[in-house]
Amino acid sequence: MRRGIVQLVALGVVIAVLLTLVALLFKWLPSSASVEFNRIQDVYWFATAIAIGIFSLVSAVVIFSVWKWRVPLDDDADGPPIHGHTGLEIVWTAVPAVLVIAIGIVSAVVLAKNGEAGSTPPLQVNVIGQQFTWKFVYPGYGNKTSGELVLPIHRQTKFTMTSVDVIHSFWVPNFGQKMDAVPGIKTTIYVTPTRLGNYQVVCAELCGLGHATMRAKARVVTQGQFVSWVKGK
Amino acid sequence: MTTAQHDHVGPQPYPEHYEPPHGPRWRLFFGPGLGRALWMTPLFFSLGMFLVVGLRWWWGWPPAFDWTVIVAIGGMVAAPVGFLTGIGAFDYWLHYISGRPTRPEDHSGHGATSWKDYFRVNTDHKVIGIQYLVTTFFFFTVGGFMAMLFRAELARPGLQFLDSQSFNGLVSVHATLMIFLFIIPAFAGIANFVVPLMLGAPDMAFPRLNALSYWLLPIAGVMFLASFVAPGGAFGAGWTGYAPLSVDGPVGNIFFNMGVQWAGASSVMTALNFLVTIITMRAPGMTFWRMPLLVWANFTTSLLVVIATPFIAGSQFFVFFDRVLHTSFFTPDGGGYVLGYQHIFWFYSHPAVYIMMLPGFGIVSEVISTMARKPIFGYRLMALSLIGILVLGFSVWAHHMFVAGMANWLRVPMMITTLLIAVPTGIKIFSWIATLWRGRIHLTTPMLFALGFVTMFTIGGLSGIYLGAVPIDIHASDTYFIVAHIHYVLFGGSVFTIFAGIYYWFPKMTGRMYDERLGKAHFWLTFVSFNATFFPMHYLGLRGMNRRVFDYPAAFGGLNFFITIASFVLGASVVVFFYNMIMSWARGPIAEGNPWRSHTLEWQVSSPPPIFNFDEIPQVVGGPYEYGVPGARHAVLAPAREVEEVPV
Ligand code: HEM
Ligand SMILES: [Cu+2]
Ligand SMILES: [Cu+2]
Repeated sequence: MRRGIVQLVALGVVIAVLLTLVALLFKWLPSSASVEFNRIQDVYWFATAIAIGIFSLVSAVVIFSVWKWRVPLDDDADGPPIHGHTGLEIVWTAVPAVLVIAIGIVSAVVLAKNGEAGSTPPLQVNVIGQQFTWKFVYPGYGNKTSGELVLPIHRQTKFTMTSVDVIHSFWVPNFGQKMDAVPGIKTTIYVTPTRLGNYQVVCAELCGLGHATMRAKARVVTQGQFVSWVKGK
Repeated sequence: MTTAQHDHVGPQPYPEHYEPPHGPRWRLFFGPGLGRALWMTPLFFSLGMFLVVGLRWWWGWPPAFDWTVIVAIGGMVAAPVGFLTGIGAFDYWLHYISGRPTRPEDHSGHGATSWKDYFRVNTDHKVIGIQYLVTTFFFFTVGGFMAMLFRAELARPGLQFLDSQSFNGLVSVHATLMIFLFIIPAFAGIANFVVPLMLGAPDMAFPRLNALSYWLLPIAGVMFLASFVAPGGAFGAGWTGYAPLSVDGPVGNIFFNMGVQWAGASSVMTALNFLVTIITMRAPGMTFWRMPLLVWANFTTSLLVVIATPFIAGSQFFVFFDRVLHTSFFTPDGGGYVLGYQHIFWFYSHPAVYIMMLPGFGIVSEVISTMARKPIFGYRLMALSLIGILVLGFSVWAHHMFVAGMANWLRVPMMITTLLIAVPTGIKIFSWIATLWRGRIHLTTPMLFALGFVTMFTIGGLSGIYLGAVPIDIHASDTYFIVAHIHYVLFGGSVFTIFAGIYYWFPKMTGRMYDERLGKAHFWLTFVSFNATFFPMHYLGLRGMNRRVFDYPAAFGGLNFFITIASFVLGASVVVFFYNMIMSWARGPIAEGNPWRSHTLEWQVSSPPPIFNFDEIPQVVGGPYEYGVPGARHAVLAPAREVEEVPV
């Protein structure tokens, strides 16, 4: 049996290494362009480490058992009558509980940080969803209204959202943050862009026939470019 | 609980040699059956229409012919009642109420002697179980075709051959059929056949109610499908039907609102039936701690159904009222609360995901224990974890609303409860793999599907952990990552267990053996193409592909093309299954009573079982999974006074 355990562990390690390669070699997440998404990605990697561990354990035991203890279909003996093991049962109740609580704590911390206004007042942008376009309003700049989202880099932005018809959902994949725009109420998120470039605003909530095409351009520019854009017509 | 007990109450007993009072032609059109349903359905529709038009005309509401209301009242309420009356679902009760002698074909319709008996109201739980399964697999096929249609559309970015309304309609009806007409009722079908046998009971507690719950199902299915012919097309707001989109959208949405009522009524009736059956009809000696885990699973599922289903019924009625009566439960302009819909909907639909999973847990427990020839590891904890999921399952609904704009403080508590559900779920996974440990593993087709389930469901549970963690969910919500998650839990989870159950009980249900080689081919084809179809969706979602779209950035084109091809293979794998089932049912080798050498009661009678299951009520003397314990029995079928109790 000692040898069996060694084989099982080896199998588990092989599976875990393969999965780790899959997790690392492919680029599973879009490159982050915001402070908030950096934090979200940390939670993602934390959860991924735990997930790889658990999946390797379960699949290794399944494969190993079938490999070791498979019998021909006409075999008519029974296995050993093991009814349970209190110690083991306590372990596999307690360990997962601790792991998920750990994920919960990390998540709660990140959630709190991502929802906090910084010390300098954030740039306010009002987002209005309407079948099937986005409208961005800059109340700090004479209610300048635009169909394109332009943001200054490194400046925390507070988005306040609503909708004039059905529910939409504001999402820029590279920012990681997402929030529904709901008729009748106002919702908020914060984004602090960290990289210059062009991105896409995507509507993530099914809103009708044009849902798939409800997109807008987002641009992250320098502070100077932003000021001249926002003051222009 | 056979009908004999009732006879002294109201209706008179029928004579020993019963002669139907009318000729065959009369019975075809006026006796219970499809012939009578054929004219009663349109008759009731006309009555409903007459009522609507008459009242509108009387009150002077233009237009008198308002087709939305006519279809809703005539088509979705009156016509189904006409159909049920015609087919004979109410005959016994109507005779009973009016004091007329009841007819034997109304309440002793037990057993089936020809295929025609499956098209009648039949009160035998075994016939009903098969009616359920055949019906649900029909809708599985229809729903599967829809998926392949929109997958073909998604092979390339941009629109190919659908328009956006038909795309949204196909996606919505696909999901609705799979959930309400396949997974939930297919489990009800398996349980219908197996649970009374496992309990040592002659039938369900309320056989006529059981028949009625079955006949409600096709009504719901036809209603969902009929929405395709509604002006403006099928309901296209997703299976979640979020208001206000579902209130403002085309009239096809009311087909969803009302179809859900019929499907929901069907599941509530069945669930009540299971609860009463399990509580009151266990064979002597079958304590709760001696019940097979399949029975435990259906007990907890039934509790979920009875408690949760009224909420979705309410939510859909309110949406319907918002549209037809111009109330504003969920529309902001009249002072309604848009998020209210989601709270009510998910207060049902999160528990519903466990309604779609717990019966599968039960099936897998039976299969793994029998095929590994070992007692289930930690039987009591397995049962208790079901209860744990039941309780926790009602405290997590808002995890579907992390980005919906609900009260911020709700997020962290709902995240914690959501993550904690992983604990009882984990207990089950670990107990199954511990049951395998040192077993004598028979790698039959049901076992393959059970093991496929254990691994695939683990992936689904783990992606659930990602989604339970609010920051990750904020990024992944409403993307293809969700589509991947739900298919790992509902296809790799529920559907795999349904296949496991069908193969496992196939010899019991049909008296014949399926073809093992085809079964294995079916498994491997499904397993590989399932992963090829759904695993890449995790990637697409995280990278930025939102869900329920017919168009996507060109960069995702290659992977989507690959997924479409894989999904066609997945579709083809089902053909292997159907071929095996049909050929084996027709001329497979005759099966023994107990081909798996299982201990549970359904295997102790012939295959297929006799009409009233047991000649004598069995006596339960021990646990259901005492494999490897010398001389252990779960039950004895002869009167059992001299048999010693085996300690558990
Ligand atoms: C460890 C167990 C599980 C956890 C932690 C979990 C967590 C979640 C979360 C947080 C969501 C919402 C994601 C979002 O919309 O942003 C979700 C969606 C979903 N889950 Fe799970 N889940 C688990 C198991 C299951 C099971 C067992 C099923 C069904 C058999 C299931 C079916 C679904 C479905 C159908 C949705 C999508 C609903 C929709 O259409 O929006 N999940 N899950
Ligand atoms: Cu949209
Ligand atoms: Cu849920």
